Amino acid sequence: MGQIVAFTGNTAIAEAMRQINPDVCAAYPITPSTEIMQQYSSFVADGLVDTELVAVESEHSALSACIGAAAAGGRVMTATSSQGLALMWEMLYIASGTRLPIVMTVVNRALSSPLNIHGDHSDSMGARDSGWIQLYSENAQEAYDNLIQAMRIGQDMRVRLPVMVCMDGFIISHSIERMELLADSQVKNFVKEYIPHYPLLDTDHPVTYGPIDLQDYYTEHKRQQVEAMREAKGVILEVAEEFRALSGREYAFFGEYQLRDAEVAIMVLGSAGGTAQAVVDELRADGVKAGLLKLRVFRPFPWEEINQSLGHLKALAVLDRADSFGAFGGPVFHEVRAALMESSHPPKVLGHIYGLGGRDLGLEDIRRVYRELERVARGGQVNQVVDYLTVRE
Amino acid sequence: MVKFMEVRWHGRGGQGTVTAAKLFAEAMLGAGKHVQAFPEYGPERMGAPLKAYNRISDDPLTVHCQVAHPRIVAVVDSTLIGMVDVLEGVPEDGIVIVNTANPPSQVGEKIGAGMRKVFTVDATRISLETMGRAMPNTPMLGALARASGEIGLADLLVQIQKNFGKKFSQKVIDGNLRAVERAYEEVQGE
Repeated sequence: MGQIVAFTGNTAIAEAMRQINPDVCAAYPITPSTEIMQQYSSFVADGLVDTELVAVESEHSALSACIGAAAAGGRVMTATSSQGLALMWEMLYIASGTRLPIVMTVVNRALSSPLNIHGDHSDSMGARDSGWIQLYSENAQEAYDNLIQAMRIGQDMRVRLPVMVCMDGFIISHSIERMELLADSQVKNFVKEYIPHYPLLDTDHPVTYGPIDLQDYYTEHKRQQVEAMREAKGVILEVAEEFRALSGREYAFFGEYQLRDAEVAIMVLGSAGGTAQAVVDELRADGVKAGLLKLRVFRPFPWEEINQSLGHLKALAVLDRADSFGAFGGPVFHEVRAALMESSHPPKVLGHIYGLGGRDLGLEDIRRVYRELERVARGGQVNQVVDYLTVRE
Repeated sequence: MVKFMEVRWHGRGGQGTVTAAKLFAEAMLGAGKHVQAFPEYGPERMGAPLKAYNRISDDPLTVHCQVAHPRIVAVVDSTLIGMVDVLEGVPEDGIVIVNTANPPSQVGEKIGAGMRKVFTVDATRISLETMGRAMPNTPMLGALARASGEIGLADLLVQIQKNFGKKFSQKVIDGNLRAVERAYEEVQGE
């Protein structure tokens, strides 16, 4: 058993980074991820890590510097939130298209305008098509565990893609929770020595990064990124298995809770998963066949496995902590609903938007969703397929 | 179903209320419990009313929603009474602990405590006498331990010693331990 501590999500991430000891961190701290780099810079100043910490003048520059350092052959990490991620936008695609396994913690926060510093998934959901692997964390423990696993997933030669590790701003980043650490040596052995691939600094074998790539080969290069995402699925499970052997903690594409014989279920990602779990316990005690799917991996999207896990339900509600304005529901909802079309008898699928700008999702809000699902499962009319869960109207 | 205890702290920016919630969580962690501690995040201003929360359980805690019905409320600054509803969501069998020189009956009447148990302790005076500074947060931990019965004095002192040992001089630690001990002894219940 590792050391038991009471850490905030941000401290858990900074601690994991110290144990990973990357070559380069370039960052421009932003709320609510600020503490990660604040604490990490202390580790650098105290000589606890060998990292070259690059303080830059914007998030665009932060990711640009990360890309340069990764292309040069370094193991590279950073962290950001919200507007910071938004400012990185064009560089996100360059990191993934150039196949640089940068690992970035995204402390999820709402996007302006109006200005809001609290947690929702608008930032990382907006980056869902940028070619980064995305892992979501329910609590500080998962954020820590995900970050360590992300190193191995991204750097695997079958993948070679950047990875975002997401956790909910404030709700997880600033809350103290009990968690278990691995020993420094365990993390060091797990993430392994970083082997650069075609490093710019290998001047005996000069290479070019980022050349023009027109009608002749651009499509093939994009197709290779798709292939890398497909390969990532197997790698994510392999890494999870190795991590289980090390820590005793189990990870997969998602966590299933009371799903096997469930008739109704909620699917959610991030910190709300555990809150929904408490409601499932209540409902099960009352004899309701309620279940829960807590999504961990959103990119690559594990649609076949989701189908297998949820295909037998009568009714499902997908909870999105981000909206896709003008679309048919939130981003997770429409992908799950599309995936379930491959089932022989797909359940009724409802979509709820919740928790924007940090609005609380209470136990009673979740109970209400399950009540509605039970009604629909018994053949009741679906009043609105997509709806807001907690809003004044 | 996972059973847990919820605590809400009321204080003002600069009084160490968030630190008190953190210390309580760390002490309970040391005593083998599963813990959460989180402030209500808003603009941080010296003197402005703020709230912080704890969840404590024997089993792993999974919920991440706000604390709506705390059974225990700790009021670090009694000037907040009348300004903020310290009883909001507190059940009838709840406990309210207030930092004040006034007796519990008087405070209970003022806040309309009804069936809820009221405890008072002069944490500010205790901190002045033991530490030479108005830092009511650590003595409030002693009062909380006594009123809630969740952790014994000896256990609490061991945890605080362990926690402070890494950060402070023995003189500071001794002052804090004495403050916790005195608050534990001096807290008055109805």
